[in-house]
Amino acid sequence: MSIASLWRTRQQRYSLQGEICPECHQAIFPPRDVCPHCSEAAGPLHTMSGRGEVYSYTKMFNVPDGFLAQRPYTVALVKLEEGPMVTAQLTDITDEDVEIGMPVEMVTRKLREEGDGGEIVYGYKFRPVLAAAD
Amino acid sequence: MRSVSIVGIGQIPVGEHWELSVRHIAYHAIAEALEEAGTEQVDALFVGNMLSGSLLSQEHLATLIADFSGLRNVEAAKIESACASGASALRIGHMAVASGMHDVVVVCGVEKMTDTSGESTTAGLATAADAEYEAAHGVSFVGLNALIMQRYMYEFDVPSDAFAGFSINAHRNGAKNAHAMFQKPISLDAYLNAPMIATPINIMDSSPVCDGAAAAVLVASEQAGTYVTGHHPGAVQILASASANDTIALHDRKDPLFLEAAYVSSQKAYVQSGVTPADVSFFELHDAFTIMSALSLEATGYARRGEGWHLAADDAIGPDGKIPISTLGGLKSRGHPVGATGMYQVVEAVQQLRGEAGQGQIGSASVGMTQNIGGSGATIVTHILGG
Ligand SMILES: [Zn+2]
Repeated sequence: MSIASLWRTRQQRYSLQGEICPECHQAIFPPRDVCPHCSEAAGPLHTMSGRGEVYSYTKMFNVPDGFLAQRPYTVALVKLEEGPMVTAQLTDITDEDVEIGMPVEMVTRKLREEGDGGEIVYGYKFRPVLAAAD
Repeated sequence: MRSVSIVGIGQIPVGEHWELSVRHIAYHAIAEALEEAGTEQVDALFVGNMLSGSLLSQEHLATLIADFSGLRNVEAAKIESACASGASALRIGHMAVASGMHDVVVVCGVEKMTDTSGESTTAGLATAADAEYEAAHGVSFVGLNALIMQRYMYEFDVPSDAFAGFSINAHRNGAKNAHAMFQKPISLDAYLNAPMIATPINIMDSSPVCDGAAAAVLVASEQAGTYVTGHHPGAVQILASASANDTIALHDRKDPLFLEAAYVSSQKAYVQSGVTPADVSFFELHDAFTIMSALSLEATGYARRGEGWHLAADDAIGPDGKIPISTLGGLKSRGHPVGATGMYQVVEAVQQLRGEAGQGQIGSASVGMTQNIGGSGATIVTHILGG
Protein backbone atom coordinates (compact mmCIF):
# COMPACT_ATOMS: atom_id res chain seq x y z
CA MET A 1 0.00 0.00 0.00
CA SER A 2 1.26 3.45 -0.89
CA ILE A 3 1.57 6.35 1.58
CA ALA A 4 -1.50 7.97 -0.01
CA SER A 5 -3.54 4.80 0.29
CA LEU A 6 -2.44 4.34 3.91
CA TRP A 7 -3.53 7.89 4.68
CA ARG A 8 -6.89 7.47 2.95
CA THR A 9 -7.72 4.30 4.87
CA ARG A 10 -6.43 5.39 8.32
CA GLN A 11 -9.87 5.69 9.95
CA GLN A 12 -10.72 2.18 8.78
CA ARG A 13 -7.44 0.66 9.97
CA TYR A 14 -7.25 2.56 13.28
CA SER A 15 -10.89 2.53 14.36
CA LEU A 16 -12.92 0.23 12.08
CA GLN A 17 -14.87 3.16 10.74
CA GLY A 18 -17.69 1.93 8.52
CA GLU A 19 -21.24 3.05 7.80
CA ILE A 20 -24.86 2.34 8.65
CA CYS A 21 -27.06 2.31 5.54
CA PRO A 22 -29.80 4.97 5.91
CA GLU A 23 -32.13 2.85 3.78
CA CYS A 24 -31.84 -0.72 5.09
CA HIS A 25 -30.00 0.09 8.37
CA GLN A 26 -27.37 -2.61 7.87
CA ALA A 27 -23.79 -1.99 8.96
CA ILE A 28 -21.15 -1.73 6.22
CA PHE A 29 -17.36 -2.04 6.53
CA PRO A 30 -15.35 -0.47 4.94
CA PRO A 31 -17.43 2.51 3.75
CA ARG A 32 -18.85 2.16 0.25
CA ASP A 33 -20.66 4.48 -2.13
CA VAL A 34 -23.37 1.91 -2.81
CA CYS A 35 -24.92 -0.27 -0.09
CA PRO A 36 -24.12 -3.94 -0.85
CA HIS A 37 -27.37 -5.02 0.80
CA CYS A 38 -29.99 -2.75 -0.83
CA SER A 39 -28.03 -0.95 -3.61
CA GLU A 40 -29.10 2.49 -2.36
CA ALA A 41 -26.57 5.25 -1.66
CA ALA A 42 -24.64 4.12 1.42
CA GLY A 43 -24.81 6.18 4.46
CA PRO A 44 -23.42 8.07 7.39
CA LEU A 45 -20.16 6.99 9.01
CA HIS A 46 -20.34 4.66 11.96
CA THR A 47 -17.49 3.31 14.04
CA MET A 48 -17.74 -0.41 14.80
CA SER A 49 -17.42 -1.61 18.39
CA GLY A 50 -14.43 -3.81 17.56
CA ARG A 51 -16.06 -6.87 19.09
CA GLY A 52 -16.80 -9.99 17.11
CA GLU A 53 -16.19 -13.71 16.80
CA VAL A 54 -13.95 -15.97 14.74
CA TYR A 55 -15.80 -17.27 11.66
CA SER A 56 -12.75 -19.12 10.35
CA TYR A 57 -8.98 -19.09 10.78
CA THR A 58 -5.74 -20.39 9.30
CA LYS A 59 -2.18 -20.60 10.55
CA MET A 60 0.00 -19.51 7.66
CA PHE A 61 3.51 -20.92 7.16
CA ASN A 62 4.22 -19.62 3.63
CA VAL A 63 3.69 -15.87 3.65
CA PRO A 64 4.02 -12.95 1.23
CA ASP A 65 6.89 -10.47 1.06
CA GLY A 66 6.61 -7.91 3.85
CA PHE A 67 5.38 -10.43 6.43
CA LEU A 68 8.33 -12.83 6.68
CA ALA A 69 9.47 -11.68 10.13
CA GLN A 70 6.10 -12.56 11.70
CA ARG A 71 5.69 -16.04 10.27
CA PRO A 72 3.99 -18.25 11.14
CA TYR A 73 0.92 -16.21 12.02
CA THR A 74 -2.81 -16.76 12.20
CA VAL A 75 -5.27 -14.96 9.94
CA ALA A 76 -8.99 -15.03 10.64
CA LEU A 77 -12.31 -14.04 9.21
CA VAL A 78 -13.88 -12.11 12.07
CA LYS A 79 -17.64 -11.58 12.10
CA LEU A 80 -18.17 -8.21 13.78
CA GLU A 81 -21.12 -7.95 16.17
CA GLU A 82 -22.67 -5.30 13.90
CA GLY A 83 -22.71 -7.81 10.99
CA PRO A 84 -19.84 -7.16 8.58
CA MET A 85 -16.98 -9.66 8.30
CA VAL A 86 -13.32 -8.59 8.15
CA THR A 87 -10.04 -10.33 7.35
CA ALA A 88 -7.40 -9.73 10.03
CA GLN A 89 -4.57 -11.35 11.95
CA LEU A 90 -5.16 -12.77 15.41
CA THR A 91 -2.71 -11.73 18.08
CA ASP A 92 -1.97 -12.55 21.75
CA ILE A 93 -2.88 -16.19 21.12
CA THR A 94 -1.37 -19.61 21.41
CA ASP A 95 -2.24 -22.39 18.95
CA GLU A 96 -4.60 -24.10 21.36
CA ASP A 97 -6.58 -20.92 21.91
CA VAL A 98 -8.09 -20.50 18.48
CA GLU A 99 -11.44 -21.98 17.60
CA ILE A 100 -14.39 -21.05 15.45
CA GLY A 101 -16.91 -19.01 17.44
CA MET A 102 -14.27 -17.63 19.81
CA PRO A 103 -15.09 -14.05 20.94
CA VAL A 104 -12.41 -11.55 19.94
CA GLU A 105 -11.82 -7.81 20.18
CA MET A 106 -9.93 -5.35 18.04
CA VAL A 107 -6.50 -4.04 19.00
CA THR A 108 -4.12 -1.80 17.06
CA ARG A 109 -0.83 -3.37 16.06
CA LYS A 110 1.93 -3.02 13.50
CA LEU A 111 0.64 -4.93 10.46
CA ARG A 112 3.78 -5.62 8.45
CA GLU A 113 7.45 -4.86 7.97
CA GLU A 114 8.29 -1.37 6.85
CA GLY A 115 7.69 -0.59 3.20
CA ASP A 116 10.26 0.84 0.81
CA GLY A 117 9.46 4.35 2.02
CA GLY A 118 10.11 3.34 5.65
CA GLU A 119 6.45 3.79 6.57
CA ILE A 120 5.23 1.82 9.56
CA VAL A 121 1.80 0.36 8.88
CA TYR A 122 -0.53 0.13 11.86
CA GLY A 123 -3.96 -1.38 11.74
CA TYR A 124 -6.44 -3.71 13.36
CA LYS A 125 -5.73 -7.17 14.63
CA PHE A 126 -7.97 -9.16 16.96
CA ARG A 127 -7.22 -10.86 20.28
CA PRO A 128 -9.27 -13.17 22.47
CA VAL A 129 -11.62 -11.27 24.78
CA LEU A 130 -9.93 -11.48 28.16
CA ALA A 131 -12.09 -12.80 30.97
CA ALA A 132 -10.55 -10.26 33.36
CA ALA A 133 -11.56 -7.43 31.07
CA ASP A 134 -15.28 -8.25 31.23
CA MET B 1 -24.24 -14.57 -33.55
CA ARG B 2 -22.03 -17.06 -35.35
CA SER B 3 -21.13 -20.39 -33.84
CA VAL B 4 -17.37 -20.58 -33.06
CA SER B 5 -15.03 -23.56 -33.36
CA ILE B 6 -11.47 -24.36 -32.33
CA VAL B 7 -9.36 -25.58 -35.27
CA GLY B 8 -5.90 -25.62 -33.68
CA ILE B 9 -4.38 -26.08 -30.22
CA GLY B 10 -0.88 -25.77 -28.80
CA GLN B 11 0.77 -26.07 -25.39
CA ILE B 12 4.19 -26.21 -23.78
CA PRO B 13 4.76 -28.75 -20.99
CA VAL B 14 4.03 -27.08 -17.64
CA GLY B 15 7.09 -26.74 -15.41
CA GLU B 16 9.99 -24.54 -14.38
CA HIS B 17 11.26 -23.08 -17.65
CA TRP B 18 14.28 -21.11 -16.40
CA GLU B 19 15.84 -21.33 -19.86
CA LEU B 20 12.88 -19.66 -21.57
CA SER B 21 11.28 -16.23 -21.22
CA VAL B 22 7.57 -15.43 -21.33
CA ARG B 23 7.76 -14.60 -25.04
CA HIS B 24 9.33 -17.97 -25.85
CA ILE B 25 6.78 -20.10 -24.04
CA ALA B 26 3.88 -18.10 -25.50
CA TYR B 27 5.29 -18.43 -29.01
CA HIS B 28 5.73 -22.19 -28.55
CA ALA B 29 1.99 -22.59 -27.87
CA ILE B 30 0.88 -20.11 -30.56
CA ALA B 31 3.11 -21.63 -33.26
CA GLU B 32 1.83 -25.12 -32.49
CA ALA B 33 -1.80 -23.96 -32.64
CA LEU B 34 -1.33 -22.06 -35.92
CA GLU B 35 0.55 -24.98 -37.44
CA GLU B 36 -2.34 -27.27 -36.62
CA ALA B 37 -4.87 -24.79 -38.02
CA GLY B 38 -2.73 -24.54 -41.14
CA THR B 39 -2.83 -20.75 -41.26
CA GLU B 40 -0.54 -17.79 -40.72
CA GLN B 41 -3.27 -15.25 -41.37
CA VAL B 42 -4.85 -14.09 -38.15
CA ASP B 43 -6.92 -11.01 -37.30
CA ALA B 44 -6.21 -10.79 -33.60
CA LEU B 45 -4.23 -12.19 -30.68
CA PHE B 46 -5.80 -12.11 -27.23
CA VAL B 47 -3.47 -13.00 -24.36
CA GLY B 48 -4.69 -14.14 -20.96
CA ASN B 49 -2.14 -13.29 -18.27
CA MET B 50 -2.18 -12.15 -14.66
CA LEU B 51 1.31 -11.39 -13.38
CA SER B 52 3.60 -10.15 -16.17
CA GLY B 53 3.51 -6.61 -14.78
CA SER B 54 4.19 -7.45 -11.14
CA LEU B 55 6.63 -10.37 -11.59
CA LEU B 56 8.37 -9.57 -14.89
CA SER B 57 8.01 -5.76 -15.08
CA GLN B 58 6.54 -6.42 -18.51
CA GLU B 59 3.17 -5.02 -19.50
CA HIS B 60 1.96 -4.47 -23.05
CA LEU B 61 2.35 -8.22 -23.13
CA ALA B 62 0.10 -9.12 -26.06
CA THR B 63 1.98 -6.83 -28.41
CA LEU B 64 5.32 -8.15 -27.17
CA ILE B 65 4.15 -11.70 -27.90
CA ALA B 66 2.56 -10.78 -31.25
CA ASP B 67 5.80 -9.07 -32.27
CA PHE B 68 7.92 -12.07 -31.24
CA SER B 69 5.49 -14.45 -32.99
CA GLY B 70 5.65 -12.55 -36.27
CA LEU B 71 2.03 -11.40 -35.98
CA ARG B 72 2.31 -7.81 -37.25
CA ASN B 73 -0.53 -5.45 -38.08
CA VAL B 74 -3.01 -7.48 -36.08
CA GLU B 75 -5.07 -6.51 -33.04
CA ALA B 76 -3.29 -7.59 -29.85
CA ALA B 77 -4.54 -7.10 -26.29
CA LYS B 78 -3.96 -8.65 -22.88
CA ILE B 79 -6.96 -9.70 -20.78
CA GLU B 80 -6.50 -9.87 -17.01
CA SER B 81 -8.89 -11.30 -14.43
CA ALA B 82 -6.51 -12.98 -11.99
CA CYS B 83 -6.41 -16.78 -12.31
CA ALA B 84 -9.41 -16.60 -14.67
CA SER B 85 -7.41 -14.58 -17.22
CA GLY B 86 -7.05 -17.53 -19.62
CA ALA B 87 -10.75 -18.32 -19.96
CA SER B 88 -11.59 -14.60 -19.95
CA ALA B 89 -9.30 -14.16 -22.96
CA LEU B 90 -11.05 -17.07 -24.68
CA ARG B 91 -14.39 -15.36 -24.07
CA ILE B 92 -13.12 -12.17 -25.73
CA GLY B 93 -11.84 -14.22 -28.69
CA HIS B 94 -15.18 -16.02 -28.83
CA MET B 95 -17.09 -12.72 -28.86
CA ALA B 96 -14.84 -11.32 -31.60
CA VAL B 97 -15.48 -14.27 -33.93
CA ALA B 98 -19.14 -14.80 -32.97
CA SER B 99 -19.92 -11.16 -33.66
CA GLY B 100 -18.30 -11.27 -37.09
CA MET B 101 -15.76 -8.64 -36.06
CA HIS B 102 -12.90 -11.07 -36.75
CA ASP B 103 -12.63 -14.31 -38.73
CA VAL B 104 -9.47 -15.87 -37.25
CA VAL B 105 -8.40 -15.23 -33.66
CA VAL B 106 -5.59 -16.74 -31.62
CA VAL B 107 -6.07 -16.90 -27.86
CA CYS B 108 -3.04 -17.64 -25.70
CA GLY B 109 -2.92 -18.03 -21.93
CA VAL B 110 0.59 -17.57 -20.57
CA GLU B 111 2.26 -17.20 -17.16
CA LYS B 112 5.88 -17.09 -15.99
CA MET B 113 5.97 -17.54 -12.22
CA THR B 114 9.40 -19.03 -11.54
CA ASP B 115 11.61 -16.02 -12.40
CA THR B 116 10.95 -14.52 -8.94
CA SER B 117 11.40 -15.69 -5.33
CA GLY B 118 8.60 -17.68 -3.71
CA GLU B 119 7.70 -14.72 -1.49
CA SER B 120 7.46 -12.30 -4.43
CA THR B 121 5.28 -14.74 -6.35
CA THR B 122 3.10 -15.24 -3.26
CA ALA B 123 2.76 -11.46 -2.93
CA GLY B 124 1.95 -11.19 -6.65
CA LEU B 125 -0.79 -13.80 -6.38
CA ALA B 126 -2.25 -11.96 -3.39
CA THR B 127 -2.99 -9.01 -5.71
CA ALA B 128 -6.03 -11.01 -6.89
CA ALA B 129 -7.57 -10.18 -3.50
CA ASP B 130 -8.63 -6.78 -2.13
CA ALA B 131 -5.28 -5.01 -1.63
CA GLU B 132 -6.45 -2.66 1.13
CA TYR B 133 -8.65 -5.03 3.12
CA GLU B 134 -7.31 -8.55 2.51
CA ALA B 135 -3.68 -8.55 1.29
CA ALA B 136 -2.74 -5.68 3.64
CA HIS B 137 -3.32 -8.08 6.54
CA GLY B 138 -0.84 -10.65 5.28
CA VAL B 139 -3.31 -13.20 3.98
CA SER B 140 -1.97 -15.13 0.99
CA PHE B 141 -4.00 -16.79 -1.68
CA VAL B 142 -3.52 -20.15 -0.03
CA GLY B 143 -4.59 -18.47 3.21
CA LEU B 144 -7.93 -17.35 1.75
CA ASN B 145 -8.66 -20.86 0.51
CA ALA B 146 -7.62 -22.22 3.89
CA LEU B 147 -10.18 -19.95 5.58
CA ILE B 148 -12.86 -21.44 3.33
CA MET B 149 -11.70 -25.03 3.92
CA GLN B 150 -11.49 -24.65 7.71
CA ARG B 151 -15.03 -23.31 7.90
CA TYR B 152 -16.32 -25.95 5.46
CA MET B 153 -14.88 -28.75 7.61
CA TYR B 154 -16.43 -27.19 10.71
CA GLU B 155 -19.86 -26.48 9.24
CA PHE B 156 -20.34 -29.82 7.45
CA ASP B 157 -18.43 -31.96 9.96
CA VAL B 158 -15.93 -33.13 7.34
CA PRO B 159 -13.01 -35.41 8.33
CA SER B 160 -9.46 -34.19 7.69
CA ASP B 161 -8.67 -36.81 5.01
CA ALA B 162 -11.89 -36.08 3.07
CA PHE B 163 -10.13 -34.13 0.35
CA ALA B 164 -7.38 -36.66 -0.34
CA GLY B 165 -9.31 -38.24 -3.22
CA PHE B 166 -9.17 -35.02 -5.26
CA SER B 167 -5.39 -34.88 -5.04
CA ILE B 168 -4.93 -38.61 -5.67
CA ASN B 169 -7.23 -38.50 -8.73
CA ALA B 170 -5.40 -35.48 -10.17
CA HIS B 171 -1.98 -37.09 -9.81
CA ARG B 172 -3.19 -40.45 -11.14
CA ASN B 173 -4.50 -38.66 -14.26
CA GLY B 174 -1.53 -36.31 -14.59
CA ALA B 175 0.76 -39.35 -14.74
CA LYS B 176 -0.80 -40.01 -18.17
CA ASN B 177 -0.21 -36.48 -19.53
CA ALA B 178 3.17 -35.70 -21.13
CA HIS B 179 2.49 -31.97 -20.65
CA ALA B 180 1.86 -32.27 -16.90
CA MET B 181 4.30 -30.87 -14.34
CA PHE B 182 3.98 -33.88 -12.00
CA GLN B 183 3.66 -37.19 -13.85
CA LYS B 184 3.58 -39.45 -10.81
CA PRO B 185 0.69 -40.92 -8.81
CA ILE B 186 0.66 -40.18 -5.08
CA SER B 187 -0.40 -42.39 -2.18
CA LEU B 188 -2.85 -41.64 0.62
CA ASP B 189 0.14 -41.67 2.98
CA ALA B 190 1.91 -39.00 0.94
CA TYR B 191 -1.22 -36.85 1.23
CA LEU B 192 -1.65 -37.44 4.95
CA ASN B 193 2.00 -36.65 5.72
CA ALA B 194 2.34 -33.59 3.49
CA PRO B 195 3.54 -30.42 5.27
CA MET B 196 1.07 -27.60 5.94
CA ILE B 197 1.16 -24.38 3.90
CA ALA B 198 -1.75 -22.71 5.67
CA THR B 199 -3.82 -24.94 7.94
CA PRO B 200 -5.75 -27.04 6.96
CA ILE B 201 -4.26 -26.81 3.43
CA ASN B 202 -1.19 -28.98 2.92
CA ILE B 203 1.13 -29.15 -0.08
CA MET B 204 -0.91 -31.99 -1.58
CA ASP B 205 -4.11 -29.89 -1.41
CA SER B 206 -2.44 -27.11 -3.35
CA SER B 207 -1.47 -26.62 -7.00
CA PRO B 208 2.16 -25.72 -7.75
CA VAL B 209 3.80 -22.47 -8.86
CA CYS B 210 5.04 -22.99 -12.44
CA ASP B 211 5.40 -21.64 -15.99
CA GLY B 212 3.16 -22.48 -18.91
CA ALA B 213 1.44 -21.38 -22.09
CA ALA B 214 -1.46 -22.84 -24.04
CA ALA B 215 -3.22 -21.52 -27.14
CA ALA B 216 -6.14 -22.11 -29.47
CA VAL B 217 -7.16 -20.84 -32.91
CA LEU B 218 -10.80 -19.77 -33.21
CA VAL B 219 -12.82 -19.47 -36.43
CA ALA B 220 -16.50 -19.35 -37.34
CA SER B 221 -17.88 -22.91 -37.34
CA GLU B 222 -19.27 -22.38 -40.85
CA GLN B 223 -15.69 -21.72 -42.04
CA ALA B 224 -14.07 -24.52 -40.01
CA GLY B 225 -14.16 -26.82 -43.06
CA THR B 226 -11.57 -24.60 -44.74
CA TYR B 227 -9.11 -25.47 -41.99
CA VAL B 228 -10.16 -28.98 -41.14
CA THR B 229 -8.70 -30.83 -44.14
CA GLY B 230 -6.39 -33.75 -44.79
CA HIS B 231 -4.94 -35.15 -41.58
CA HIS B 232 -6.53 -32.47 -39.41
CA PRO B 233 -8.00 -34.05 -36.26
CA GLY B 234 -11.24 -32.07 -36.53
CA ALA B 235 -12.89 -28.96 -35.20
CA VAL B 236 -14.38 -28.66 -31.74
CA GLN B 237 -17.32 -26.33 -31.27
CA ILE B 238 -17.70 -23.88 -28.38
CA LEU B 239 -21.26 -24.67 -27.29
CA ALA B 240 -21.34 -22.14 -24.44
CA SER B 241 -19.23 -19.36 -22.99
CA ALA B 242 -20.32 -17.59 -19.82
CA SER B 243 -18.84 -15.56 -17.01
CA ALA B 244 -20.11 -14.24 -13.68
CA ASN B 245 -18.61 -12.38 -10.77
CA ASP B 246 -18.99 -12.12 -7.00
CA THR B 247 -17.56 -9.81 -4.33
CA ILE B 248 -13.79 -9.49 -4.68
CA ALA B 249 -13.21 -10.01 -0.96
CA LEU B 250 -14.02 -13.38 0.55
CA HIS B 251 -15.24 -11.65 3.74
CA ASP B 252 -17.99 -9.83 1.79
CA ARG B 253 -19.66 -13.00 0.42
CA LYS B 254 -23.21 -13.70 1.50
CA ASP B 255 -22.10 -17.31 1.96
CA PRO B 256 -18.31 -17.83 1.79
CA LEU B 257 -18.89 -21.58 1.34
CA PHE B 258 -20.89 -21.31 -1.89
CA LEU B 259 -19.41 -20.34 -5.27
CA GLU B 260 -22.30 -18.23 -6.49
CA ALA B 261 -20.35 -17.08 -9.56
CA ALA B 262 -19.79 -20.75 -10.51
CA TYR B 263 -23.50 -21.41 -10.08
CA VAL B 264 -24.50 -18.41 -12.22
CA SER B 265 -21.94 -18.92 -14.98
CA SER B 266 -22.62 -22.68 -15.24
CA GLN B 267 -26.39 -22.08 -15.32
CA LYS B 268 -25.89 -19.57 -18.15
CA ALA B 269 -23.70 -22.10 -19.97
CA TYR B 270 -26.25 -24.91 -19.53
CA VAL B 271 -28.98 -22.66 -20.99
CA GLN B 272 -26.81 -21.49 -23.92
CA SER B 273 -25.83 -25.02 -24.90
CA GLY B 274 -28.96 -26.95 -23.95
CA VAL B 275 -26.63 -29.30 -22.06
CA THR B 276 -27.48 -30.59 -18.57
CA PRO B 277 -24.95 -31.67 -15.95
CA ALA B 278 -25.79 -35.31 -16.76
CA ASP B 279 -24.81 -34.77 -20.44
CA VAL B 280 -21.27 -33.63 -19.55
CA SER B 281 -18.71 -36.38 -20.27
CA PHE B 282 -15.94 -34.75 -18.22
CA PHE B 283 -15.42 -31.56 -16.23
CA GLU B 284 -12.11 -29.68 -16.14
CA LEU B 285 -12.72 -27.75 -12.92
CA HIS B 286 -10.45 -25.27 -11.14
CA ASP B 287 -8.74 -27.50 -8.56
CA ALA B 288 -6.18 -24.89 -7.44
CA PHE B 289 -6.97 -26.27 -3.97
CA THR B 290 -8.89 -29.45 -3.14
CA ILE B 291 -11.59 -27.42 -1.37
CA MET B 292 -12.28 -25.64 -4.69
CA SER B 293 -13.01 -29.00 -6.35
CA ALA B 294 -15.67 -29.73 -3.74
CA LEU B 295 -17.22 -26.25 -3.98
CA SER B 296 -17.18 -26.30 -7.82
CA LEU B 297 -18.99 -29.66 -7.94
CA GLU B 298 -21.60 -28.31 -5.51
CA ALA B 299 -22.17 -25.06 -7.43
CA THR B 300 -22.45 -26.67 -10.88
CA GLY B 301 -25.08 -29.26 -10.03
CA TYR B 302 -23.11 -32.43 -9.19
CA ALA B 303 -23.48 -32.45 -5.41
CA ARG B 304 -25.57 -30.89 -2.69
CA ARG B 305 -24.08 -28.19 -0.49
CA GLY B 306 -21.49 -29.63 1.88
CA GLU B 307 -21.38 -32.96 0.01
CA GLY B 308 -18.97 -32.30 -2.88
CA TRP B 309 -16.21 -34.18 -1.06
CA HIS B 310 -18.31 -37.39 -1.11
CA LEU B 311 -17.69 -37.59 -4.88
CA ALA B 312 -13.94 -37.84 -4.22
CA ALA B 313 -14.38 -40.35 -1.42
CA ASP B 314 -16.55 -42.54 -3.70
CA ASP B 315 -14.19 -42.04 -6.67
CA ALA B 316 -17.08 -40.73 -8.75
CA ILE B 317 -14.52 -38.27 -10.17
CA GLY B 318 -12.21 -40.91 -11.69
CA PRO B 319 -11.91 -41.55 -15.44
CA ASP B 320 -14.74 -44.12 -15.26
CA GLY B 321 -16.76 -42.30 -12.63
CA LYS B 322 -20.06 -40.43 -12.81
CA ILE B 323 -18.28 -37.13 -13.49
CA PRO B 324 -14.58 -37.44 -14.40
CA ILE B 325 -12.62 -34.33 -13.35
CA SER B 326 -9.03 -33.14 -13.85
CA THR B 327 -8.74 -35.81 -16.53
CA LEU B 328 -5.21 -34.85 -17.56
CA GLY B 329 -4.03 -33.87 -14.10
CA GLY B 330 -5.94 -30.67 -13.41
CA LEU B 331 -4.31 -27.69 -11.74
CA LYS B 332 -2.87 -29.95 -9.02
CA SER B 333 -0.80 -32.24 -11.23
CA ARG B 334 -0.63 -30.65 -14.70
CA GLY B 335 0.15 -27.40 -12.85
CA HIS B 336 -1.40 -23.96 -12.37
CA PRO B 337 0.48 -21.28 -14.34
CA VAL B 338 -2.27 -18.90 -13.30
CA GLY B 339 -3.13 -16.82 -16.40
CA ALA B 340 -2.50 -19.83 -18.66
CA THR B 341 -4.63 -22.31 -16.72
CA GLY B 342 -7.97 -21.51 -18.38
CA MET B 343 -6.42 -22.22 -21.78
CA TYR B 344 -4.80 -25.48 -20.64
CA GLN B 345 -8.25 -26.62 -19.51
CA VAL B 346 -9.68 -25.82 -22.96
CA VAL B 347 -6.77 -27.37 -24.87
CA GLU B 348 -7.14 -30.56 -22.79
CA ALA B 349 -10.90 -30.59 -23.40
CA VAL B 350 -10.21 -30.39 -27.15
CA GLN B 351 -7.74 -33.31 -26.83
CA GLN B 352 -10.42 -35.36 -25.04
CA LEU B 353 -13.14 -34.52 -27.55
CA ARG B 354 -10.91 -35.38 -30.50
CA GLY B 355 -9.99 -38.69 -28.85
CA GLU B 356 -6.36 -37.56 -28.68
CA ALA B 357 -5.81 -37.66 -24.93
CA GLY B 358 -3.68 -40.81 -25.13
CA GLN B 359 -3.45 -42.78 -21.88
CA GLY B 360 -5.69 -40.20 -20.23
CA GLN B 361 -8.49 -40.59 -22.77
CA ILE B 362 -12.02 -40.69 -21.30
CA GLY B 363 -14.31 -43.22 -22.99
CA SER B 364 -17.05 -41.68 -25.18
CA ALA B 365 -16.11 -38.05 -24.56
CA SER B 366 -18.72 -36.02 -26.43
CA VAL B 367 -19.30 -32.95 -24.24
CA GLY B 368 -16.66 -31.29 -22.08
CA MET B 369 -17.05 -28.49 -19.53
CA THR B 370 -14.22 -26.24 -18.34
CA GLN B 371 -14.40 -23.80 -15.44
CA ASN B 372 -11.75 -21.23 -14.57
CA ILE B 373 -11.82 -19.33 -11.26
CA GLY B 374 -10.25 -15.95 -10.55
CA GLY B 375 -9.54 -14.90 -6.98
CA SER B 376 -11.24 -16.73 -4.12
CA GLY B 377 -14.31 -17.23 -6.35
CA ALA B 378 -14.75 -13.63 -7.54
CA THR B 379 -14.64 -14.27 -11.31
CA ILE B 380 -15.77 -17.61 -12.70
CA VAL B 381 -15.82 -18.47 -16.40
CA THR B 382 -17.52 -21.60 -17.76
CA HIS B 383 -17.15 -23.05 -21.25
CA ILE B 384 -18.90 -26.06 -22.74
CA LEU B 385 -17.33 -27.72 -25.78
CA GLY B 386 -18.62 -30.40 -28.11
CA GLY B 387 -17.30 -32.50 -30.98
ZN1 LIG C 1 -28.72 -0.63 2.43
